[in-house]
Amino acid sequence: MAVTVAVYSLFIINKSGGLIFYKDYGSAGRMDTNDSLRLASLWHSMHAISQQLSPTVGCSGIELLQADTFDLHCFQSLTGTKFFVVCEPGRANMEALLKAIYELYTDFVLKNPFYEMEMPIRCELFDLNLSQAVQRDRPPVFPGR
Amino acid sequence: MQFFGGSAEVNPSPLAPAGTGTGLLGNNTYMMYVFNRNGVCLLYREWHRPLKTLDSQQDQKLMFGVLFSLKSFTTKMDPISAEKGSLGVPLLPGQGCSFHSFRTNTYKLSFMESPSGVKIILVTHPKCGDLRESLRYIYNIYVEYVMKNPLYAPGTAIKCELFNTKLDQYIRTIV
Repeated sequence: MAVTVAVYSLFIINKSGGLIFYKDYGSAGRMDTNDSLRLASLWHSMHAISQQLSPTVGCSGIELLQADTFDLHCFQSLTGTKFFVVCEPGRANMEALLKAIYELYTDFVLKNPFYEMEMPIRCELFDLNLSQAVQRDRPPVFPGR
Repeated sequence: MQFFGGSAEVNPSPLAPAGTGTGLLGNNTYMMYVFNRNGVCLLYREWHRPLKTLDSQQDQKLMFGVLFSLKSFTTKMDPISAEKGSLGVPLLPGQGCSFHSFRTNTYKLSFMESPSGVKIILVTHPKCGDLRESLRYIYNIYVEYVMKNPLYAPGTAIKCELFNTKLDQYIRTIV
């Protein structure tokens, strides 16, 4: 738990707002399954409502939410699946990481013949490649800090 | 305490934050909302809003609802603190992890809540930078020209001419 990670957690939401994948990379405090499901559907609604509040046409929802202690980067695929990562404030390259995660999703989840669309993701190869992609993003750990 | 940092000076117009007064294109701010802690919309101004999906009252309610929900979302999501409470419980101003802005492809919304629960919302062009200083400056204008106006009754819509003039002047400088 003591390891510093740039990314705190990753959520994947299907097009109807259901949480299909959640992974924690070391945020403080426990979040139980119900909480993560609620947060996911809450984000789904906020994403939809933000489009209604837009002053101009063509809004496609929140891309970046900047909170006091974290940044949330969200990427929505053309089919409506939403990917979002919670990371340290001010970290760059999160769009690239989200694109990489999307690529892994298409390769190891959608191309898996045993995967049922819109259902929770349980694919070993996806897990494996995902943790590699996130680790690559990890900053060097300084023992002095 | 941060909001009262400049209270020693009695100058009614504190200096505008640096970096926002370059006077480039003055069309970057789309609209602005001010809510009090009870969710009453004290002020709604718009400078550039071609798209309206709802009537103004519904729009204001929706905006307040979004802020309320996003605040409980960020408080629950906070990866730093271990004590997060449960989702959806009303929070006092300054309690829990809040947010200061979000960005979509068409706009950026910046948000500030004062210790007394006054919420100032600024909707701008998505390319606008960090507007926390600007929000604080607008809050100062609000304190000087609305709260210190003896004819203003707290909790009612803001109709102070001087405030509107000062606000318009400042909004034009936001880049």
